[in-house]
Amino acid sequence: METINITNKELHAQEHIDLHRYEDHEESFISKYVFSQDHKMIARQYLITAMVMAVIAMIMSIVFRLQLAWPGEKFAFINWIMGDKWGKDGILDPNAYLTLVTMHGTIMVFFLLTGGLSGTFSNLLIPYQIGARDMASPFINMLSYWFFFLSSLIMVISLFLPDGAAGPGWTVYPPLSALPEAMPGSGLGMDLWLVSMALFIASSLMGGLNYIVTILNYRTKGMKMTRLPLTIWAFLITAIIGLLSFPVLLSAALLLLSDRLLGTSFYLSDIYIGGRPLDYSGGSPILFEHLFWFLGHPEVYIVLVPALGITSEIIANVSRKPIFGYRAMIGSMLAIAFLSFIVWGHHMYVTGMNPFLGSVFVFTTLLIAIPSAVKAFNYLTTLWKGNIQYTPAALFSIGLVSSFVTGGVTGIILADSTLDITVHDTYFVVGHFHIVMGLSAIFGMFAGVYHWFPKLYLRMMNKKLGYLHFWLTFISAYGVFFPMHFLGLAGVPRRYYTNSEFPMFDALYDVNVVITISAIIGALAQLIFIFNFFYSMFRGPKAPQNPWKANGLEWTNPVANIHGNWPGELPVVHRWAYDYSKPGYEEDFVPQTVPLKEGELDGGGHH
Amino acid sequence: MKLLIVLAVVLFILAVHQLLKVIELAREIRKTKEWEPTDSENDLMGTLMLLFGIIFLGMFFYQIDRWYDKTLPPAASEHGKHIDELMFWNLILISFVFVVVNALLFYFAYKYRGNKNRKSIYYADNSKLEMLWTIIPASALAFIITFGLKYWNEITAPSEEKNPIVVELYAKQFDWTARYPGKDGKLGSTDYRQIEGSNPVGLDTTDKAGFDDILVKNEFHIPVGREVVFYFRSRDVIHSAFMPHFRAQMNCVPGMVTTFKFKPTKTTKEMRQDPYVQNLMKQINEQRSKEGKEPVEFDYTLLCNKICGASHYNMQMKIVVETEQEYNEWLRQQKSFKTLASK
Ligand code: HEM
Ligand SMILES: [Cu+2]
Ligand SMILES: [Cu+2]
Repeated sequence: METINITNKELHAQEHIDLHRYEDHEESFISKYVFSQDHKMIARQYLITAMVMAVIAMIMSIVFRLQLAWPGEKFAFINWIMGDKWGKDGILDPNAYLTLVTMHGTIMVFFLLTGGLSGTFSNLLIPYQIGARDMASPFINMLSYWFFFLSSLIMVISLFLPDGAAGPGWTVYPPLSALPEAMPGSGLGMDLWLVSMALFIASSLMGGLNYIVTILNYRTKGMKMTRLPLTIWAFLITAIIGLLSFPVLLSAALLLLSDRLLGTSFYLSDIYIGGRPLDYSGGSPILFEHLFWFLGHPEVYIVLVPALGITSEIIANVSRKPIFGYRAMIGSMLAIAFLSFIVWGHHMYVTGMNPFLGSVFVFTTLLIAIPSAVKAFNYLTTLWKGNIQYTPAALFSIGLVSSFVTGGVTGIILADSTLDITVHDTYFVVGHFHIVMGLSAIFGMFAGVYHWFPKLYLRMMNKKLGYLHFWLTFISAYGVFFPMHFLGLAGVPRRYYTNSEFPMFDALYDVNVVITISAIIGALAQLIFIFNFFYSMFRGPKAPQNPWKANGLEWTNPVANIHGNWPGELPVVHRWAYDYSKPGYEEDFVPQTVPLKEGELDGGGHH
Repeated sequence: MKLLIVLAVVLFILAVHQLLKVIELAREIRKTKEWEPTDSENDLMGTLMLLFGIIFLGMFFYQIDRWYDKTLPPAASEHGKHIDELMFWNLILISFVFVVVNALLFYFAYKYRGNKNRKSIYYADNSKLEMLWTIIPASALAFIITFGLKYWNEITAPSEEKNPIVVELYAKQFDWTARYPGKDGKLGSTDYRQIEGSNPVGLDTTDKAGFDDILVKNEFHIPVGREVVFYFRSRDVIHSAFMPHFRAQMNCVPGMVTTFKFKPTKTTKEMRQDPYVQNLMKQINEQRSKEGKEPVEFDYTLLCNKICGASHYNMQMKIVVETEQEYNEWLRQQKSFKTLASK
């Protein structure tokens, strides 16, 4: 107790210095909008960049989905967009197909759902919700964004290379990704991919360090760890996972770059290609797979956990109830984070990895299902006997619970090495990961944007357009990804340019058409969102102080973009963030800044 | 034409602009908190949630009805039967969880839709409940793990057969070569530096064991009821030998030899008589005739299932399963490496 008091006092002293640092002074356009060190502006920069990238990746998915539903059909617009390089007369070229799939996956996973999701909401919410004036190091925070921007730029530029961008799949397994002879997508585009990823990793490490330090050291008075909103817990855990796993991807990428450019043999051995034997010897492609998935699996939680945090916060708020099992929610996120480091081998059951090792990974992987199930049930119990206020954020959060469960259960099949033999690398996998990771994370992100838009742009988004956006997105998303399981059970491999070369898949023709039509509807629905977003940014109704009647600190400061977030003193926290509908209070919410009454218990207990 | 399109777009934008202005004006006048859901909106969204839940779960069963008989036919290998069985029970289990949890979710979303006159209960914790839903999935998983690993160990154990049929599948961009050990029963050793036109799989020409090795392309045969041990190699990038009808898959990794074994239980001919397969082929041929393609008969197929370059989508080989007699007859007619190389 003693020590805590001292730290608080010290913090208090520091605060005055801090406030000084943030006092308003005239700012140039450049330092305000471009090289801004303000966490709110950086959040907006991340969000807009990620949205641009997402639109690119989405258009790509529509192009290759058209090819899959109607192989060989002419779609003239393909040439309008990218010229003849992508295929003559509007018929997509097989190499271009692989490039599109690769770039689509890379952009969605890394740029939208890692950079975009964490970058936006960690930056926006960490200082706001813990009551800090900014990030621990605003300068490094700014660098983190600009590395992200540079990395996005390089990734996009690589699309315009004569041989096209990288094409060996987002997992970039060597030797395919190491040997330019193996495919056009393994040329200069692949080098740029690796360079871009290296910058991306640097960005993500700088961001992550900042998030961790800020959360641990810059909480306002009274904001104990056990009073943190679940969003913050989620961002903290995400940042820690990223910090531990991204460096491994960096080494994997650097070794690959070295094999490509310097002639080393980390991943290569006994290869004959392009009409001659190559001199590489002693390396192993399997090594790359281990390194890649050591990041790759934690990566799916880097994508998912922030979405879980965001929706936990929103579901409690909109059902006007405390989040059920606050500590269990934290515990299960920690368990998921820990386990996510020892399950990577489930991507490698049929690589020739030692079968006993496979068994170990079956065990650890299935263990993850337990904390995941706890989370799902806790969401359900939070909704139970609630008073759900259907904002668009509420809809998307409930959408996440559905997709998390629907996509999660098929993971049990894939985790079981015996069953994975038949479905590994088929469309079953594509269906699984899109639903559990893609949809959940996207829904979480949309929920976050609708909910915290007033903190981002000081205005409100349009609710009715939000409703329309949700329903079209939700229905078409399941229309795209649910039928994919049947393709997988029929043995259709992923990353195939067309299924029409195998008569055994001919009867599945209509599945592909259903998927593609749903995808087109889904993509068009995003136009509604984009319109709503930009329209509301400029002309939406002005945001009030606390539009959702929420408890968090982010709703206690003035509706303005001020440096240092709070004029004068920082708010002081007296309770956890989930006192919704607490007996003994008139209103159905009690902000964290309201002192506890005589004898009132904190953290969900009450008399 | 282009002019018309531009004109239409401009008009559309103007119309939207006007409409928005009207809406904004009305908003100014009313000063409502339009971002707050009203009771009737909560009712609508709650009802839509319920409706969605019903249609969603309905679609699930509809899709099973429509597409399940287009999935892979029953396994044609011994271990494949175990996989099918395990898969079936796992699918039942996860479908059950999927249906129950989604049903609860959408029902709650409807039942507890917001209303100004209600207040939520304050209910933050219940360790007994949480214990319960830790233990239930844990015990279900124990079951899955136990059975999964039992079969996994059987499937991946080294062959115990005294003299199994040995086949090497050799992958390269973008085709397959099958190699049989020949009379001596031994696969000759290999050296990738010796690959050339007449030595496509890189046999070491100093190793006599390789001279009688038999190399075939386009299709390979295996006998029914005998254990077949496969070895896999690759010349260039990673490929994956996927034989879905036998529930068999293994990557082909350059610089490594990988292995998988199975015992086929049905010849190609028997498979063609199987009612499930006949129904499937009927549907396939109906679709083919719509597209103006030749009808086909059922065949076992080897596919490449690891992205390997431009023609990854078309890297296939036919597999013929026949009686041992027919197999031996076929094998006798194939050419050995020595005769191929000396040509
Ligand atoms: C517009 C909606 C989307 C559609 C229609 C779509 C469709 C597809 C399809 C058909 C594939 C190719 C599967 C294959 O051949 O292996 C694919 C790959 C992929 N998608 Fe999506 N997707 C969409 C959104 C997303 C989202 C939101 C994510 C984020 C997680 C995502 C991540 C991926 C990844 C990681 C791959 C694998 C790329 C690879 O094989 O290298 N997609 N997507
Ligand atoms: Cu994984
Ligand atoms: Cu291949």
